[in-house]
Amino acid sequence: MRRISWGTALIFAGLLAFMVAAVGADVFASNDPLRQSLLLRLRPPGTATATAYFPLGTDDLGRDLLARILYGARASLMVAALSVSVSLLVGVTLGLMAGWFGGWVSIIAMRAVDTMLSIPAILLAVLTVAVLGPGFFNLVLVLGLTRWPRYTRVAYAQTLQVAALPYVRAAEMAGCGPGRILLRHVLPNIAGPLMVVATSEFGLMILFEASLSFLGLGIQPPYPSWGSIMSVGRQYVVRAWWLTAFPGACLFGVVLCVNLFGDWLRDRVDPRSQGR
Amino acid sequence: MTALSVRDLSLAALAVRDLSLAIGRTNIVDAISFDVAPGEVLALVGESGCGKSVTAQAIMRLLPAAIRQTGGEITLGATSLSNLSARAMRDLRGRQIAMIFQEPQSALDPLATVGNQIAEALRQPLARVRAEVRQMLVEVGISDPDRRIDQHPFELSGGMCQRVMIAIALIARPAVLIADEPTTALDVTIQAQILALLRRLAAERQTAVVLITHDMGVVADIADRVAVMYAGRVAETGPTAAVFATPAHPYTALLLASIPRLSDVPKSALAVIDGQVPQPADYGTGCRFAGRCPRGDRRCVAETPALGPVADGRLVACFHPVGG
Repeated sequence: MRRISWGTALIFAGLLAFMVAAVGADVFASNDPLRQSLLLRLRPPGTATATAYFPLGTDDLGRDLLARILYGARASLMVAALSVSVSLLVGVTLGLMAGWFGGWVSIIAMRAVDTMLSIPAILLAVLTVAVLGPGFFNLVLVLGLTRWPRYTRVAYAQTLQVAALPYVRAAEMAGCGPGRILLRHVLPNIAGPLMVVATSEFGLMILFEASLSFLGLGIQPPYPSWGSIMSVGRQYVVRAWWLTAFPGACLFGVVLCVNLFGDWLRDRVDPRSQGR
Repeated sequence: MTALSVRDLSLAALAVRDLSLAIGRTNIVDAISFDVAPGEVLALVGESGCGKSVTAQAIMRLLPAAIRQTGGEITLGATSLSNLSARAMRDLRGRQIAMIFQEPQSALDPLATVGNQIAEALRQPLARVRAEVRQMLVEVGISDPDRRIDQHPFELSGGMCQRVMIAIALIARPAVLIADEPTTALDVTIQAQILALLRRLAAERQTAVVLITHDMGVVADIADRVAVMYAGRVAETGPTAAVFATPAHPYTALLLASIPRLSDVPKSALAVIDGQVPQPADYGTGCRFAGRCPRGDRRCVAETPALGPVADGRLVACFHPVGG
């Protein structure tokens, strides 16, 4: 077993906390995130009443901020995980085929990548949501279908490299078809770099979800999302700092952890960046 | 083991007739022919660039995109490979014709276990054919097969990897095995073991083996017959013992004479063949060895010698064969 440094342990702890918070939101939240109580509007962190305790205070409708942040973590995690899966599937499929078949397949796929990368992603997302309408499903679809080009680029370049290796030639000589070679021999051998891209995209997806929700195009009220909590909190930033500070800190911490995890993963996957 | 070289074609497991290959308009393999009988080992021997490896790729119909087959026919048993669909050809690979390579360690998928890779040649999941795969590992002489079957290539030595490659190639009982420099990357003791293994399995399973090599020692070790290639043509072919004892083509004779021997006087000059192998673009007409040949004359430069019979079932492409 390799020794893991304290910094790495901290990254893992942060990610683990995020996952646990998202998955176990119902367990950790003592209050219903949707229950309003207009008598308890904008109470500061640590407020206690006869029946309830609000460790992070309440929002403008008197809802428990901690509960809303926990459920917001669940929304972030689900949107990010699902949209990364969609774009991985689309992007890697295209990249593998472009790298293996070459010719017009690669021309079409790689020009599509260039086109997609030249459109500002957030603008495209805003446009698509405006057309399809907001909502959880559309959010996943939009993020998934706009973020595949990076995977395609990496999968394409890696497939070109791996396809020239003797063991892929050997598989061909042994009578394997393209599907089998790509899935059984090429994909496992290019999975490392793809996972690194997926990790950094995962962090970006969390930020995108928050941005779109902040703009009112993502998760719709009354359901909580870090972006929408901050969007509301923006109006009360002088009177109720906790509404923007806590979700903002969570967003910052999680994305930082995800990105650092991505760096750590890249060092493990790419031997050239090892042993600094 | 048959030792005839002018033979009944219906006996051959693999027959190559007048195969020609070209890059663009440059001819790199010129009308070469050979055949191999079941259980026989034919060595295709020649220098780097003489066209032996592309010949193997042409047989598998997996030529690099730049190289075209411009003529000739390849038949496997009674099937002509030229007319097969891509699909039918793919089904044939690994089952009817298998191939093993020069660098065994890089010819195995680093992330798949040995067992899975052998099972893949049978197109079956390992769980279903585990006993058969284990038996094959035993046959190629891998000790502790129950442990090795679940190991990855990096846990195996080069010699063991080549044994695994042989297991992959032979488990589906192909009629023909093409071995492209199978022992070049191995040290001499392992080399001898691998060659003996190939020899034994080919005989037991009646597999026809085309052994591609540049090493005359390897040829002498296991080949029944030898086809000496020079600059994209077959210079001479015949039973190994006869060709080695009395080479008929001047190139073969000089090649054999240039092998250093332990009995040579220390520090004496190595025997060499003067000149350079011509580049495919400079092949021209006539015998391609003419420029370097001590027996070459005007006729050799002007006309191409055909592969014709000399003594005891041998064929030579030379107007002035040695001892003839």
